[in-house]
Amino acid sequence: MSAPLIEVTDLGKTYGSVVALRGVTTSVRAGEVTCVLGDNGAGKSTFIKILSGAHQHSEGTYLVDGVEQHMSSPRDALALGIATVYQDLAVVPLMPVWRNFFLGSEPRKGPFRMLDVDLMKRTTRDEMAAMGIALRDVDQPIGTLSGGERQCVAIARAVHFGARVLILDEPTAALGVKQSGVVLRYVAQARERGLGVVFITHNPHHAYPVGDRFLVLRRGESIADRPKAEMTRDELVTLMSGGAELDALEHELGRGRPV
Amino acid sequence: MTTAAPTRTTTTRASTRVLRRPEVGAAVAALAVLVFFTVVAEQFLTPSGVGTWLNSASRFGIMAVAVAMLMIGGEFDLSAGAMTGATGLLVGVATTGYGLNVWVAVVLALVVALAIGALNGLLVVRTGLPSFIVTLGTFFVLQGIDLALVKLVYGQVAVQGFSDVPFVDSVKPVFGGTIALGGASISVSVLWFLAVTVLATVVLLRTRAGNWVFAVGGALASARATGVPVARTKIGLFMTTAGAGWLVGMISLFQSSTVQSSTGVGDEFIYIICAVVGGCLLTGGYGSAVGAALGALIYGMTRQGVVYAGWDSNWLYAFLGVMLLAAVLVNNAVRVRAERLR
Repeated sequence: MSAPLIEVTDLGKTYGSVVALRGVTTSVRAGEVTCVLGDNGAGKSTFIKILSGAHQHSEGTYLVDGVEQHMSSPRDALALGIATVYQDLAVVPLMPVWRNFFLGSEPRKGPFRMLDVDLMKRTTRDEMAAMGIALRDVDQPIGTLSGGERQCVAIARAVHFGARVLILDEPTAALGVKQSGVVLRYVAQARERGLGVVFITHNPHHAYPVGDRFLVLRRGESIADRPKAEMTRDELVTLMSGGAELDALEHELGRGRPV
Repeated sequence: MTTAAPTRTTTTRASTRVLRRPEVGAAVAALAVLVFFTVVAEQFLTPSGVGTWLNSASRFGIMAVAVAMLMIGGEFDLSAGAMTGATGLLVGVATTGYGLNVWVAVVLALVVALAIGALNGLLVVRTGLPSFIVTLGTFFVLQGIDLALVKLVYGQVAVQGFSDVPFVDSVKPVFGGTIALGGASISVSVLWFLAVTVLATVVLLRTRAGNWVFAVGGALASARATGVPVARTKIGLFMTTAGAGWLVGMISLFQSSTVQSSTGVGDEFIYIICAVVGGCLLTGGYGSAVGAALGALIYGMTRQGVVYAGWDSNWLYAFLGVMLLAAVLVNNAVRVRAERLR
């Protein structure tokens, strides 16, 4: 097994006197998917904000390539190769796919510093093909792509600009079953290409097929951090939904129903 | 995994590609207007007729192209019309009233215009207020200065004796000259119009700044998140319309050798109409410089065509209104198509 790209130990965060996250330990390795699961308010957002450099941790250690880091902005994280793909994706719907792909980092050539349009179009097509998506036309507005495909453009963009670790913030949350499948396939694709992936979700059925390691958060605390070999799907579902609580709920809801 | 692409990798048909361009509607309309007035007014397609409507179109077209860029960037500039009058007045009053060298006055007017443009941009970016309101304020300030200040220091509201200013003949060819071309006399302003349209198209489609203009108008938060310098882009756009206002101000002044306090007031809406007819969305993020130029061409042709046809020139306004409504409907349909999920 390779050395972890990211390793966090007893990571914690307090906002004033409010404890948002406590005692989180996990790792992200190249070519592996670390799934972060938790219900709303479990601390997933706080955790990825620390990983992506948006917030600083107040307890524990955060190692990147074995070196302790205290990042003060997402720019620092990007410089270390840690890129975050947020739900809103930061794309401009009316602009063509290739312009979106390079937005903010456009390559230029020639004495008049014109856009290198050929390179931009070719790179977009190639990077998307490398993720297994054959674009009909890179000139079409990105708004005409499906939600899953747009998600993939954002992922491909992050990979192209040097990401080694991808943090995906609930990429399947707003998608239907079929589209979620598309995105999960690209998560697997990114893993095959040797990237470390942090996949945030509240759906254990999305996490289990692609995950190599599962971190489950509840009320700001880590309740499990296990490799796939030590976790079954049922265990994950139970951990995620809070076992006893779910049993009680099922009992309560089931009682009045005609059998 | 393999990178073999499935069969969906067909390129989009050329016809679809053309129809997707924002300026297609305007091109069709321009052709229709041209044919219509050629039929109803025999003077329309004569060399002198063409020269006249091209000149008229060029003064609106230069502004429409700049305003289109600003609209693609998601903003409006209601002070654009008053700016053409203000810069002309500044040069006229400074030279005839205070004996300033005409070249110095022209450069000074450019500096003042760019400063006002930068101020417009700064106010919009810093306060986050709609540019509609900010530039409406600038518009009234400029209109007030054009009337009251000019009357106060100059004694009247129209520049007199500008053609007697020393060296004025050395500047005139640049802004107010004409070129003989196959029996027609074409104004230099037409060349400016052409140059501005080409330059704007290249900037929009082939430069990093152009990419940023589409991005800040199309999705401001996304543009910011990907590292686009939003403030710099928007301020640059406001300075561009102000600069275009200066160019048109100089063209009007040197063509007619006079300028009045009311020059340009009301034209700001014509520029917006030309841009919208040319395919610009009022919500930003979509449009083209060529489209705006075609919009201005339609305006110029109609304005002169109505006169040549011997009709009451006020019909122009009714025509403009119809064009505007039709264009907005077409543009909306285009946007819905472009944003539709597959």
